[in-house]
Amino acid sequence: MTAPFSVSGLNVSYAGRPALRDVTWQAAQGLTAILGPNGAGKSTLLKAALGLIPADSGEARFFGLPLEQARPRIAYLPQRASVDWDFPASALDIVAMARLPRMRWWGSVPRAEREIARAALGSVGLAEFADRQIGRLSGGQQQRVFLARALAQGADLFLMDEPLAAVDAVTEQTILAVLHDLARKGKSVLMVHHDLSLITAHFDQVLILAGHVVAAGPVAEAFTDAAIAQAFGGLPGRS
Amino acid sequence: MIGHNTLVVLLGCAALGAASGVVGAFALLRGRALLADAIGHAALPGVVGASLIMAGFGGPARSLGPLLLGAALSAWLGLLALRALTASGRIRPDAAIGVVLSAFYALGTVGLSIAQAMPDAAQAGLSHFILGQAATLNESDAMLAGGLALACIGVVAALFQPLRALCFDEAFARSRGLPVRALDLGLLALLLAVCVAGLPAVGLLLVVALLIVPAAGARLVTRGLPAMVVVAGVLGAAAGASGALISTRFENIPTGAAVVLAGLLGFGATVIFSRR
Repeated sequence: MTAPFSVSGLNVSYAGRPALRDVTWQAAQGLTAILGPNGAGKSTLLKAALGLIPADSGEARFFGLPLEQARPRIAYLPQRASVDWDFPASALDIVAMARLPRMRWWGSVPRAEREIARAALGSVGLAEFADRQIGRLSGGQQQRVFLARALAQGADLFLMDEPLAAVDAVTEQTILAVLHDLARKGKSVLMVHHDLSLITAHFDQVLILAGHVVAAGPVAEAFTDAAIAQAFGGLPGRS
Repeated sequence: MIGHNTLVVLLGCAALGAASGVVGAFALLRGRALLADAIGHAALPGVVGASLIMAGFGGPARSLGPLLLGAALSAWLGLLALRALTASGRIRPDAAIGVVLSAFYALGTVGLSIAQAMPDAAQAGLSHFILGQAATLNESDAMLAGGLALACIGVVAALFQPLRALCFDEAFARSRGLPVRALDLGLLALLLAVCVAGLPAVGLLLVVALLIVPAAGARLVTRGLPAMVVVAGVLGAAAGASGALISTRFENIPTGAAVVLAGLLGFGATVIFSRR
C-alpha cells in the first residue's frame, strides 16, 4: 500500500532563515501526531506540503500522487486563529464551503450539499448550532466547526493544524472520538499537536520535529525521552 | 415632476450605488476596501490623458466611453504600482496606497491644468470627475455606468460561493484547489469597474465612500453574507439615487458629496439599529 503522505528533501525558509531542513519522511496509515517546540516547523510542514507557502526544494506526495491529482482526497484544517470569526456566516455556511469547488458556484448552497454539511455538524455534536452565527460559538465549538468542514469533504487524508489547542474538555473528547472513528474507517490523520500527554493513548505514530526530523515512527519506538529531550531541549538546529 | 433624462440618471446612479454596495461588501471582508481610494485617485491621469488624446485627434471633446477607458487603464497602472511596491514586503500596503494615490493624483492635477490652458473645450467637464456631477450626465452616459454596475452585480452573483469561501479562509480555499489568484483578480477587476463607472457621477475623491459606507452599515445589521450583500446593495442604491436627485435639483451641490452624505444617513441608521 502506498503511504498516504510522504515528503522528500523538503527545505523551507522564511526570509532567508531556514524553517525546515531536508525533511524526508513517510506517514503510515492511521493517526500521526506531529510534535515539536514552537518554531519547529510543524505547521510549516503542512503548509508547504499543500503549496500554501513556497518550498525551496523537495516534494510532497499524497497516496503516491502529486498534490494536484490527490487534492480531492485531502482535507486541511487550518489553525482556528487564522480566520476572522466575526465573519457574517452560520456554522452551516462554513461547513458547506467544504463542498467547493465542485459545488455549484452561484446562488445558495444546494440542498444535497447542505444535508452533507448538516450531517458533518451532527458528527461533531453541533447539530443544534447549525444556524448559529459563528461569532457566537465558543472557541471549542468553532474548532469543531472547522473539523466538521474537513469531514464534509469526504477526504481520505486529514492535515490538521493544532485542533486541540486551547479547547474545552467536551471538544477535546469529541475531536479524539472523531479521530478514532476516522482511523477505524481506514483514513489517515496528520495532526500538529503540542500536548505530550495524549500521545500514547491516542496516536499510532509520531513525527518529532525541531527544524529537522528528530524521530519518526510508531509511538512505542519513536516517542522516547531521548527524542523529546533532543527536540524540546532548547537546541533547535544542531549544527 | 421628474423629466425623462433625470429619471435615467437617477436609475443609473441607483444601479451604481447597488453595485458599489455589493462589490464593497466583498472588498471589505477581504480587507481590500481602501484599494478603491487608490483606484479612484489613480484614474485621474487616465481621464485627462484620454481627453487630451481625443482633442489632439479632433474627436468629440467629451465622450464618456474613451474617458472611462483611460481611467481604467491608469487605475490599473496604479494597482500594478501598488503591487510592485508591496512585493518585497518592506513597504506596508497602507504606505503603498498613500504613495500611489498621491503620485497619480498629483500627475492628474498637473495634466488637468495643462488641459485647462488649451484653447478648445477639451477640458470642459473634466473637473467634474473629481467631485462628481450627475447633472452633467446625459442619457447614454447614465446607461453606460448603470449597465457596467449591473454587470458587476451579475459577476458577484455567479461567483458568490467561491468568493465567500475566499473571503473567510484563504488557506482553506487554496487547499481545496479554488483558483484563488483568479478570484482575487476578479474581485479587483470588479472594484476597478465599479470605481471607474462611478467616477463621472460620484467623483474620484468620494467613490471610496460608496464602496465602504453601505457595506460597513450592512455588516452591522445582518448575520449572514447574503443578507449583508443585499442590504449593502439597497443602502448603496438609496444613497446613489437620493444623492443624484439632490444634486440635479441643486446644481451647485456636487453629486459625490450628496451621495456620500445620503449614504452616511443610512449608515447612521444602521449604527443606531444595531445598538438596540
